[in-house]
Amino acid sequence: MNFSRYLLRRLGYSVFVLLGLSVVVFIIARLVPGDPARAALGPRATQEAVEALRAKLHLDKPIYVQYFFWLRSVFQGDFGESLYTRRPVIEDIREFLPATLELALFAGLFMAVFGLLLGVLSARYANTWVDNVIRVLAYLGIATPAFVVAIILILLFGMYYEVFPTIGRLSPGISAPPRLTGLLTLDSLLSGNWIALVDALKHLFLPALSLSLGGLFQEARITRASMLENARRDFVAAARAYGIPERVVIAKYLFKPSIIPTVSILGLDFASLIGNAFLVELLFNWPGISRYGINVMLRKDIEAIVAVVMVLGVVFTVVNILVDLVVAYLDPRIRLVERGE
Amino acid sequence: MQDVLLDVQNLVVHFRVYGGYLKVLDGVTLQVRRQERVGLVGETGCGKTTTMKTIMGILPKPPGVVRGGRILFKGRDVLSMRPQELEHLRRSGISMIFQDPTAALNPVFTVGEQLEDAIRYALGRRDHASVREVALSALQSVALPDPPRILESYPVQLSGGMRQRVCIALALAYPKELLIADEPGTSLDVTIQDQILRLIHRLAEERKMAVILISHSLGVIREWTERVYVMYAGTIVEEAKTGELFARPLHPYTGALMRCVPKLTGTGIAEGIPGRIPDYFDPPAGCRFHPRCPHCMDICRQRKPQLFPVDENHRVACFLFGRNSRG
Ligand SMILES: Nc1ncnc2c1ncn2[C@@H]1O[C@H](COP(=O)(O)OP(=O)(O)OP(=O)(O)O)[C@@H](O)[C@H]1O
Ligand SMILES: [Mg+2]
Repeated sequence: MNFSRYLLRRLGYSVFVLLGLSVVVFIIARLVPGDPARAALGPRATQEAVEALRAKLHLDKPIYVQYFFWLRSVFQGDFGESLYTRRPVIEDIREFLPATLELALFAGLFMAVFGLLLGVLSARYANTWVDNVIRVLAYLGIATPAFVVAIILILLFGMYYEVFPTIGRLSPGISAPPRLTGLLTLDSLLSGNWIALVDALKHLFLPALSLSLGGLFQEARITRASMLENARRDFVAAARAYGIPERVVIAKYLFKPSIIPTVSILGLDFASLIGNAFLVELLFNWPGISRYGINVMLRKDIEAIVAVVMVLGVVFTVVNILVDLVVAYLDPRIRLVERGE
Repeated sequence: MQDVLLDVQNLVVHFRVYGGYLKVLDGVTLQVRRQERVGLVGETGCGKTTTMKTIMGILPKPPGVVRGGRILFKGRDVLSMRPQELEHLRRSGISMIFQDPTAALNPVFTVGEQLEDAIRYALGRRDHASVREVALSALQSVALPDPPRILESYPVQLSGGMRQRVCIALALAYPKELLIADEPGTSLDVTIQDQILRLIHRLAEERKMAVILISHSLGVIREWTERVYVMYAGTIVEEAKTGELFARPLHPYTGALMRCVPKLTGTGIAEGIPGRIPDYFDPPAGCRFHPRCPHCMDICRQRKPQLFPVDENHRVACFLFGRNSRG
């Protein structure tokens, strides 16, 4: 398989997309009305101090010069300094990104596992009560915004039925594992801290569930439709005609081609989770990058805004490449056409 | 009859569609004897594939519904078989070469994966080496070059002719008693189609299989079969020894089929017959051919003609012939 060339081309293409994104965000962040330097220093700062800060941020230069300075430091791993926390932005991101990634990974896991499961059940028992129940749930799940689900879950579990915690990533009093990846579950697993692992999983459950429901039911519907469509195809009839047992026909010859569209959509849903997690992070007091991103936007913290958007852009790109690879692995037609056969 | 292998009686199959049913098969009756080569001819959409899929128990349900009739294979009722019995039937009894090889091959598995699975379950063999050996010899028997490479290939990597051969290898990877060949090679050019038909003929002889050969082309039917069924709009309208049918076509539909010269390519036997195949949603009452029939009588609009023997080797479903008008 000549995957590496395909991968290289995808990567090259992504670099262009990310550069384009950076130009757009860079300009928009600077077009927002109001002077970031004044906003950072407050109304009582002297005009000289504001001017000095503007000069330091290159805000007194034309925008393309500013962009050039910005790009140069980004390549040196420097995203500038937050005007508020006065810390390098990259440190903020290192602090908040893993929490969101962990949340999104679990939400993605829920979407993949339960979405496929419900979709397969729905197709297998098409037009019976099982299918009807799943379809009604799907309409509800897709139509209800994640934050509404979050509020319902918080009310239900936080107030009446306290099995799952609804605040933060760890219970107070539980010592956090040493920080290796920033993903609490992984860190506690690596350091063998089982108590922290269980506690972190419990904390993840409700926010990940509320974040995943919309996508989960979307996956279920797509899986159902694609399985029912393929079930009428000749290749399924042919597999039966060659004496292959029914369970193998379904679980192998029908299942694999049917989940290809699900996997593509799953990738998109997963990538957009990370940006859309804001309200869920707020409600569950989750120290994530979405919440951080909204805060810096409200404060016109221009360096941080650009950095957050770029980080989300990179995550989005990486996830998309991974999904394309999985789809190419599942579907030889894509793989072989890429090779020009 | 002792040597009857397949006996289909009055098969009625409908398709559920929005707002009602397509009443496609309207009492199909046919028999196949051991080692016999039987042809089935009729214009596109008359229900040939539907009949064959029902015989193999692979009619997609929904939308398909079997409304009546009986299918006996070696005296055993196929329609009431349990799933395991059906699997057994497909492993040792009947096999089918699908009309469109591209659609019949699973796009996301290699040829080897599909072929080896079929062999593994049919022969109940677990060890990979012997399954692979059978797979390679199946590909050899259909004259495919470089079998090891074909095993590794995905269907998209093969030409149309190779896919067709792979489908034959799949259908005949292990011994069967009846082979259904649904328009083999129609999608290919004429020389390759001829090679494919020769191949099927040779394999059938070697393995003492009966064959049902479906075709649009009367030329193909005449060359390769011993007995023919003519199908029109979900019913068998005429049945005869091949030579007899071509010498003395009785049903007005058969006559029309023969008069319009079949084109070398394409499926256009209907071109020469005025009118179209009827709408299955609301099919004509009585004889389904009556709206297109030049000899249409009153009774044709009211009653459905049954297959009636005009002599030992020739039966026709038409009121123009004999006592059929009474019963
Ligand atoms: N899954 C299905 N759903 C609805 N209608 C169907 C289905 N399969 C077949 N039909 C209808 O049944 C009729 C007969 O189809 P069939 O494929 O058996 O014809 P055929 O004789 O094999 O034609 P061809 O020569 O084109 O292969 C057609 O009118 C078709 O529209
Ligand atoms: Mg057909």
